[in-house]
Amino acid sequence: MAEHALTTAGESAAAPAGLPGVVADWSGDKQAFPVPWGKAMMWIFLLSDTFIFTCFLTSYMNVRISTTVPWPNPSEVFSLDIGGAHIPLILIAIMTMVLITSSGTMAMAVNFGYRRHRANTTALMLITAAFGATFVGMQAFEWTKLIREGVRPWGNPLGATQFGSCFFMITGFHGLHVSAGVVYLTVVALRVWRGFYDRKGSYETVEITGLYWHFVDLVWVFIFAFFYLW
Amino acid sequence: MDTVAGHQRAEEHQQHPIAIYLWIWALLFIFSTFSYLIDYFHLHGYLRWSLIITFMLLKAGFIVAVFMHMAWERLALKFAILVPPLCLLILIGLMAVEGDYTFLTRLAAFLR
Repeated sequence: MAEHALTTAGESAAAPAGLPGVVADWSGDKQAFPVPWGKAMMWIFLLSDTFIFTCFLTSYMNVRISTTVPWPNPSEVFSLDIGGAHIPLILIAIMTMVLITSSGTMAMAVNFGYRRHRANTTALMLITAAFGATFVGMQAFEWTKLIREGVRPWGNPLGATQFGSCFFMITGFHGLHVSAGVVYLTVVALRVWRGFYDRKGSYETVEITGLYWHFVDLVWVFIFAFFYLW
Repeated sequence: MDTVAGHQRAEEHQQHPIAIYLWIWALLFIFSTFSYLIDYFHLHGYLRWSLIITFMLLKAGFIVAVFMHMAWERLALKFAILVPPLCLLILIGLMAVEGDYTFLTRLAAFLR
């Protein structure tokens, strides 16, 4: 710190100019967060994603407050007839359980990663990816069902016009995150299996992948509460 | 944390007994089931909304604290990640007010 003060005060000629100077100034002389850089960057990415999803949910809140037409009842819209019984919101409940199960297997994968248990980590990550793919499949089913019923981003036969645009935008963006997560998980799982992280000497990438996956589950918690249950 | 020793230190730091994950996992299932039952039993009004938000915050808190390891991170990282989203509350408040205003102007315009 004293050395740094000396260079800025007295010998500015020693500091690099131009672009290398920008890098030197910004990098400073100490690290703010004592975690691997990839983990800090993943957290910052997730922070920015939080803002995106909050903007979507806030715009949904705004149009739902301001519409004068009754909002379609999600409990009925997402109900299914299973074996003759009419069960409200059951599809979404199953999707929620699938995603929570996948979050649990991911947490276990991270734990086994830090224990350097290659086979278990790979298996649990692939199971997580499979649950993620199942979730996306169920979402495709949900979309198909609603589109067949005439729900469109610009209107629907059930009530407020804004229902369709909010539904497709919010669940679509979330589904995109899940799909990207399935690819991400598969790539990292295969690298774990090939021993890439044993050679690197660190399993932190498994934890970083886990952060992303848990975030996808976290966003679903809010979508489930505000879009489907409200 | 560029050295191998640093990595090992970070990993020891994030290694927790499996039991805690299983507990949180079970709790998430229980809270989700309760959330679903709110809808199943057709609860309405403030009881419904407060229960939805309570279970939502409990689930979100456990996921961030345990599954995402935030509980074991240093305070500097907690602040850097968890404080900025608080300004979103201002956005939400403003948009709620704006939504009410739009609703009232629409009523006034359509009912005339």
